[in-house]
Amino acid sequence: MSAIMPITQDVDTSAAPKQPKRRRLKTRDWAPYAFVSPFFVIFGTFGLFPLLFAVYLSFHTWDPAMGMGAMNWVGFENYEYILLSDDYFWKAMYNTFWLGIVSGLPQHLVGLPLAYLLHTVFGRMRNSVVGMYFLPFITSTVAISLVFTTLFSKDFGAINQLLVSMSKTPIIGWIFPAEKIDWSQPEYLKPMISFVVWWRYLGWNTVMYLAALQTISKDLFEAATMDGATRTQQFRHITLPLLKPMMFMTITFTIIGNIQLFEEPFIITGSTGGINQAGLTVAMHMYRTAFTDNDFGTAAAIAWLVFALIVVMTIINNKLLASKD
Amino acid sequence: MKPQTRRKTSLPILLAYVVIGFGCLLMLAPFWFMFVFATHSNTEILSVPPPVWFGTHFFANWVDLLGRLPAFWNNIGWSVYVAIATTIANLFFCSLAGYAFAMYDFRYKKLLFGFIMSTMMLPAFVGLIPTALIMSWLGWMDQPKALIVPGMVGAFGIFLMRQYIESAIPKELIDAARIDGCSEFGIYVRVVAPLITPAMGTLGLLTFIGSWNNFMGPLIVMRSMENFTIPLALRALQGTGQTPYGAISAGSAVAVLPLLILFMLASKRLISGLTAGAVKA
Repeated sequence: MSAIMPITQDVDTSAAPKQPKRRRLKTRDWAPYAFVSPFFVIFGTFGLFPLLFAVYLSFHTWDPAMGMGAMNWVGFENYEYILLSDDYFWKAMYNTFWLGIVSGLPQHLVGLPLAYLLHTVFGRMRNSVVGMYFLPFITSTVAISLVFTTLFSKDFGAINQLLVSMSKTPIIGWIFPAEKIDWSQPEYLKPMISFVVWWRYLGWNTVMYLAALQTISKDLFEAATMDGATRTQQFRHITLPLLKPMMFMTITFTIIGNIQLFEEPFIITGSTGGINQAGLTVAMHMYRTAFTDNDFGTAAAIAWLVFALIVVMTIINNKLLASKD
Repeated sequence: MKPQTRRKTSLPILLAYVVIGFGCLLMLAPFWFMFVFATHSNTEILSVPPPVWFGTHFFANWVDLLGRLPAFWNNIGWSVYVAIATTIANLFFCSLAGYAFAMYDFRYKKLLFGFIMSTMMLPAFVGLIPTALIMSWLGWMDQPKALIVPGMVGAFGIFLMRQYIESAIPKELIDAARIDGCSEFGIYVRVVAPLITPAMGTLGLLTFIGSWNNFMGPLIVMRSMENFTIPLALRALQGTGQTPYGAISAGSAVAVLPLLILFMLASKRLISGLTAGAVKA
């Protein structure tokens, strides 16, 4: 990477032979600012301003249908309400963590070994195999959630049929349920949603780990083999430590993404949250507070609480994984 | 002692092949069923065992779909329009900014670039509600520009472009063009843009896919059925009496097929583009 020098002087004297007393501003001086300005205009309007306005909003009660004049300053009341008496918020919080952990952890527990296998075992076919695992990530969440709803339907869904027929096989049959499972029941809804989320993001994590593995120099392993280190030892003492920065990055993305989990549960539960609200996530709760209850103040406060939570989780992750170097 | 142990097909390696192959099946099966179900009637889909090969009902499902979503052709049109417009705008603005960061030295460059990169970590949904308000103040509710304009330029695109331009274009080339009397913007148009088509391809694909799949955005700003994009329209198929599995599958297949084709053509470029930032040394 070429070095980016801190620039203290913005004058390019080499091009102009004679420097006038008061330097004229040349196109070259302002052009870069003009070139990067679209980002700041767009981000300022549709990124930063909404974020800051959400803070302002979170200290008010407001129904947007009543116009700007109907905004009432209430201080921390919205936050108090959410934390102390909004039962759905805590339920949604619990669900979000449940789904986040059950769908997120296996993404890495499977993704990393999978990447390692693909890296060491597969040669020529690697790219097409990786492509298959990556495919779910690029497809429409809505379309795929609808397909899964079909596959998971109770009486005739392909998955129930497969599970029940597997239960009749000898030896391993006992693992599988003999009865059809009603996946919309609270105790099964969460595992189902987690499976869909896991299915969708496994490939992304695998690809990231694979990319990191490919940057590790082969010499390291050759040297280790010469010194008599076994495969397992090499994995533990060379591969894992060198993968740490990537683990930090992918886990950060998993945390940020899973705390905002919205589309999969929203579609799978038909935007209702499911029986007993077992599939209600915090992002869904915020959406509903704003657009169903028209309570924009409280919704903005939820958004900021969740933002704070994301920051805290990222810092914890940072402390745990990125402590060295 | 034995340097080439990995070449031998031992039992663990065979096992690895089996596990990875099973995983591939697990990843692909939902797509397979989606296309198969799209060609079967509801009764066929709900039979024991479910169909695993194509049927003859696709046209009937399509008619059923159009009956439930009369504006589905419009929806497809809007999806295509929004995705293409977003992609073109993105390519232009991201490469322009990436060019500035790669080839110019200017005051606050490092600070500005750091700021742009940090915006990638912002959770999108915190600003969701105010974004809806801005759109209604601007009078953009229910209009496709509410989906296009906010997505015209993005941090990841700028990063990708800067990386590529830095590695692919020598600074001397820029200086030479300047000495020949090319204007600053002229350098971008005549020298930089033609040389960065590979990066444009990668970013274009990523942007198109992102826009095509976007659900949150249209959910917040689109109000009338005629203006829905495909994901939003598909969602409207849910929850009205008997679920039309055939029609849903047909609609989903239409939503996914363009991406599958794009992916088959360019999966390698896509994946390398996504990982480009992640593994920078």
